[in-house]
Amino acid sequence: MHHTLVALVEDKPGVLNRVALVFRRRAFNIESLTVGRTAEPGVSRMTIVLDSDQTSAERVTAYLYKLVNVLQVEDLGNVPAVTRDLALVKVAVAGHDRAALLRVVDETRAHIVDTGDQTMTLEITGEPPHVDAVISRLEPLGIVEMVRTGQVAMRRGDTALSAAQYS
Amino acid sequence: MPSPRTGAQIIWECLVHEGVNTVFGYPGGAILPAYDAMLDYPVRHVLVRHEQGATHMADGYARAGGGVGVAIATSGPGATNMVTGIATAMMDSVPMVCITGQVPSKLIGYDAFQETDITGITLPITKHSYLVTRIEDIMPAMKEAFHLAKSGRPGPVLVDITKDAQQAKMDFAWDASPVRMRRERPAPGGTKSGILKAVELIKASRKPVILAGQGILHSGAMAEVRKFAEQINAPVAMTLLGLGAFPASHPLNIGMMGMHGEAWVNHAIQEADLLLAFGMRFDDRVTGNIKTYAVNAKKIHIDIDPSEIHKNVYADAAICADLREALKDLLEVVGKHDHEPWLKYIGSMKGTAAVRDIQTLPDNGHLYAPHVINDIWRITDGNAIIATDVGQHQMWEAQYYKHEAPRTLITSGGLGTMGFGLPAAIGAKMARPDAEVWAIVGDGGFQMTQAELTTAAQEGVKVNVAIINNGFLGMVRQWQEFFYDRRYAATPLRSPDFVKLAEAHGLLGLRVDKRADVLEAVERARQDEGTVVMDFRVEQEDSVYPMVPAGADLDAMIRRPEKSALVETAADPM
Repeated sequence: MHHTLVALVEDKPGVLNRVALVFRRRAFNIESLTVGRTAEPGVSRMTIVLDSDQTSAERVTAYLYKLVNVLQVEDLGNVPAVTRDLALVKVAVAGHDRAALLRVVDETRAHIVDTGDQTMTLEITGEPPHVDAVISRLEPLGIVEMVRTGQVAMRRGDTALSAAQYS
Repeated sequence: MPSPRTGAQIIWECLVHEGVNTVFGYPGGAILPAYDAMLDYPVRHVLVRHEQGATHMADGYARAGGGVGVAIATSGPGATNMVTGIATAMMDSVPMVCITGQVPSKLIGYDAFQETDITGITLPITKHSYLVTRIEDIMPAMKEAFHLAKSGRPGPVLVDITKDAQQAKMDFAWDASPVRMRRERPAPGGTKSGILKAVELIKASRKPVILAGQGILHSGAMAEVRKFAEQINAPVAMTLLGLGAFPASHPLNIGMMGMHGEAWVNHAIQEADLLLAFGMRFDDRVTGNIKTYAVNAKKIHIDIDPSEIHKNVYADAAICADLREALKDLLEVVGKHDHEPWLKYIGSMKGTAAVRDIQTLPDNGHLYAPHVINDIWRITDGNAIIATDVGQHQMWEAQYYKHEAPRTLITSGGLGTMGFGLPAAIGAKMARPDAEVWAIVGDGGFQMTQAELTTAAQEGVKVNVAIINNGFLGMVRQWQEFFYDRRYAATPLRSPDFVKLAEAHGLLGLRVDKRADVLEAVERARQDEGTVVMDFRVEQEDSVYPMVPAGADLDAMIRRPEKSALVETAADPM
């Protein structure tokens, strides 16, 4: 089962290492982990997608809170959330495939972000299943390179996760 | 008024302001500026023989005195030698600050001489750590290190300071304001509802058992636990690290639980309808098979560390708080209870235990470790501070030395670190110079850190070292006897002449191989002004009973045979 945790952490050297250690030590498998800035100075945001059951997600939350640099942890497993994944996919375009590729682009909200002599690079953004679906349509055309950002997530509605109380 | 200081001086300014008057360490290149500055500050430095010894001494110092222990080492091997001591302190929640020198910041990452990534190496075994590369960051890091080491659930904090940061100069003034972490760690909510739930469970209980852990000592909740136990009239079972937190002589104290706990204690826990866990963490050595552990008991768990709640057992009432505060709240609402039938029943379970006890066996000319420990207990009235190593002698100490006062047992429980006893005893004596301090160690563990005997001699520290010498790595031998068909792989152990070793240091050495001679030797050691090494040649193949095999049900204990075959077939002591 996939489980999504969001952590607000202090933007200091070694914090990613400390967070990663929580997972490594207990052999929890991370499906994806993204880190980026927030609107608050000195605070980074991590979105961590786990392959886990509910018990170990609760354990992970407890262990994350033991870290001095972790400010807030939110478990998005049981609340409505917006989730997004982004993929860049470089697809081979050998003559007759081009029309098929453009059809996929047209039908899936993918964007062409670069073209070369032999390839075309697409950007696909959406919920992870959407990205999966587009990629599976591109596979027969010949994917030569691909990168995915991993999932970012945010709770729906007016409730906001903030570290303002710790500034 | 700010005045010019080097980074090295700032380290000592911080230590002095934190109330530190004793540090344990070993100099070297990357920490040399700090050592040079040390001479101008009123701090006693204990020169150890190995940095592991420094960490164990700082650990023993903290456990015996209740303050923060400080250990200092240089970069590279100096720092890596500290790893075992840091891990020991982490597992047993001991407040400790370790300061290491680091190569100059511009050399970090270039595999410089004696460079090692010690903050990286110690990441999983420290509560927190700092790599300080700028002089202006030294004071904040030091202040936070002390704050973190002793607040909440205590633990070791490492401060790694580069040589250039130590050598730099700045205008410095001590900032006396309290440390403010970005996120303080108050116990999360639910305490009030937890207390109401706990009261409800206590009211419904006929067979409660209090499980008393080391958190009582950290919280300073000895009086509250005693009052609470008396008020609800419940038996108190001790964890290894909890020993001393509740007086052994108190009628409600039923003794130690777990792998080598008293049989009736483990039976009482298995039959209980309510466990009240006070500052303990349901370690596997305490629970045995977790699936069959106290299945009929509701659990009330009070612990300051949120990650301990529901970790090993589910808590029906969870109170994540400082134990002393939680018990004060509980005492107001819990009311008086009576559990005399349950207490009588537990008393009756002692049954033949006294008969099985090796103390009651007639003197057959052989010396048994429990005799030695029992005699040390009698002669010191249970009031000495005892540091132990790890193994059979440690369990016998826990069984036969009845600790009356808090912070009188200094032992490596969680990590089980051999070599801990002697340096921890030296540290304990530094913290409590007024107290009588013993190191009760095995012949194996003693040899791991026996170099610190030289430290004791140089420092003129008085500890009594009782080596329980059975010529084996005894606990491993016991497991081999029970579970590996008596195939004694690598457990027979040859030792140097410990008496001569003592004498080589100008110290008194004594050898005892008869039960009748123990008391006199112990008394002679106590009278001697210096550290004394006592070589007790005990029965070689005695085992610690009862024993719950690892992973077995808590009440599935191996008991000492009523008619000990050992006594009849015992070989002559070496």
